[in-house]
Amino acid sequence: MDGFVPLNHYLLLSATLFVIGVLGVLLRRNVIVVFMSIEIMLNAVNISLIAFDHYLNNSDGQVFSFMVMCVAAAEVSVGLAIIISMFRNKPTVNLDEFNILKW
Amino acid sequence: MIDGIFQFIDENTYLLLGIIKAVVIASALLGVVPLLVWLERRLMGRFQVRLGPNRVGPYGLGQPISDSIKLLFKESIIQNSADKFLFHLAPVVVVFTAIVSFAVIPMTGPFELFGEKMGLWASNINSGILFVFAISGMGIYGMVLAGLSSNNKYSLMGGLRSSAQMISYELTLGLAALCVIVHTGSLNLVDMVERQNSWPNALNLLNPPLMIAFVLFFIAGIAETNRAPFDLPEAEQELVAGFHTEYTGMKFAMFFMGEYINMVTMSALITLMFLGGWNTYILPDWAIIGFVAFAFKVSFLLCVFIWLRSTFPRIRYDRLMTFGWKFLLPIAIVNLFLEAAIRVI
Amino acid sequence: MELLIFYPLAGFCVLMGLGVIISSSPINSALSLIAMMMGLAGVFVLQQAHFLAILQIIVYAGAIMVLFMFVIMLLNLKSAEEDTWSIRPQNTYVSVLTGFLALGALYKIACVISQAKLDSPAAVPDDFGTVVRVGTTLFTDFVLPFEVASILLLAAMVGAVVLAKNKID
Repeated sequence: MDGFVPLNHYLLLSATLFVIGVLGVLLRRNVIVVFMSIEIMLNAVNISLIAFDHYLNNSDGQVFSFMVMCVAAAEVSVGLAIIISMFRNKPTVNLDEFNILKW
Repeated sequence: MIDGIFQFIDENTYLLLGIIKAVVIASALLGVVPLLVWLERRLMGRFQVRLGPNRVGPYGLGQPISDSIKLLFKESIIQNSADKFLFHLAPVVVVFTAIVSFAVIPMTGPFELFGEKMGLWASNINSGILFVFAISGMGIYGMVLAGLSSNNKYSLMGGLRSSAQMISYELTLGLAALCVIVHTGSLNLVDMVERQNSWPNALNLLNPPLMIAFVLFFIAGIAETNRAPFDLPEAEQELVAGFHTEYTGMKFAMFFMGEYINMVTMSALITLMFLGGWNTYILPDWAIIGFVAFAFKVSFLLCVFIWLRSTFPRIRYDRLMTFGWKFLLPIAIVNLFLEAAIRVI
Repeated sequence: MELLIFYPLAGFCVLMGLGVIISSSPINSALSLIAMMMGLAGVFVLQQAHFLAILQIIVYAGAIMVLFMFVIMLLNLKSAEEDTWSIRPQNTYVSVLTGFLALGALYKIACVISQAKLDSPAAVPDDFGTVVRVGTTLFTDFVLPFEVASILLLAAMVGAVVLAKNKID
């Protein structure tokens, strides 16, 4: 039991999770679930950054994923504030109902 | 067959030792809870000029045991409108996170046993204090889930309050801890204690910026463990019992266990970070004496927790938030700058 | 050992990821996402990125997901009133088609990355992934991005306060 996982399995995990995130954004209509799918995509990117880091003995990828976490935190705080103020305007979380700008 | 077992043990000593340590520490922690309940009730009795439980066993020591037997045999009621899975999950999360976060708390200095170097901790990871914060942060979900799944407006209010309160006070807690981290130059709890073992910088508490950090950490710690005067999530007069209104029997007891274990963890953290951990400074530094000193400091802090509970009235919710964000947090930030400036000079 | 831990963990992460987009109530989605993030923290530990693993738990699972839970509680989105897959008939076909395209892309990616030649990790120093190592990189090579990130966070904070305070009308 001393084998190593080859790099491409980590990358495959990352790609799979990314695609799951994309599917969530495309297929779900609940704002909050769509938002969570975006988080899945960001997490998926982090996996491959950190995997490359470990396989190439470098620390830059970890710093990048740190930045990704910063961006995710900023995005979530603003995004959820937007969702709450939208909800105040129109009590629904279905994305298709927010179509005032389209007629 | 026997040889095979010995070989297995030889190859996996590390793993087995870890498992044994984990089991010992977890069961010790669970054993402390009834004692703590007894201590709290006795002390509260004294503070309020009455006797407290004194009927079962000597000094009422049998009271927590009979209480837990009663709770075990109580019927577990789940109302129809509850979300069953989440309802069962919530107390599990609370107790699990409480026990796991104790894993990195060192209780005495490293010592030798049977020629093997050991320490009285489940694991000594590099960023121990961050681990404690990470896992105890997970504990919020127990309360949030309890509030959500009960389908009861009081529970929901309790859950909302607890999540808002714990997020707010976690910032102060983290910034106060950061002062100690800057002072020590390490995230490891053992390093933090060993930094305090000689007289010039003994007891982080005596260092001016760290003194403020100690007060901040203590206040935020009380708020994090949902103890009075910050027990807004379960304020009896307003919310019946907050997030655990609908829980009965053993599941209710599990919330209590989680709360008490969190109290122990918080006291242990304060002891390690500010009060010199297992250092006694006068007595010889044997592991046993270190452990006794550590236990003494922790139980002193626990008594202070109980003392505060019976002394202060509960703070109003909006005042709690204002206090956290507009008073504690700015002080914590300025204090961190001060500490950093002193370190640089 | 790594093999023994990685594959169950990866399977768990994928399952939980699927749980996020399949489950009909937002609470279950959020819980699956939390579980996925814990699993990913485990994956990070396998790759020696200990600091990042703990950050993942503190920032993602501990802060971001609590915000999600808070909003779910605030809007009281318990009931699964939303009929997940068929709520907008005119767009469903397009969405499903795009979904299939995404799956096709995944297959293509899998084909490409299976040619990667890195079978075992590089020999890393002992302090790889610790706070000291990551912090040193962060404050030497990446000072400017770090400062920009702090400004970004400040802007987000101010934005969130303004948005949550004013009623849009």
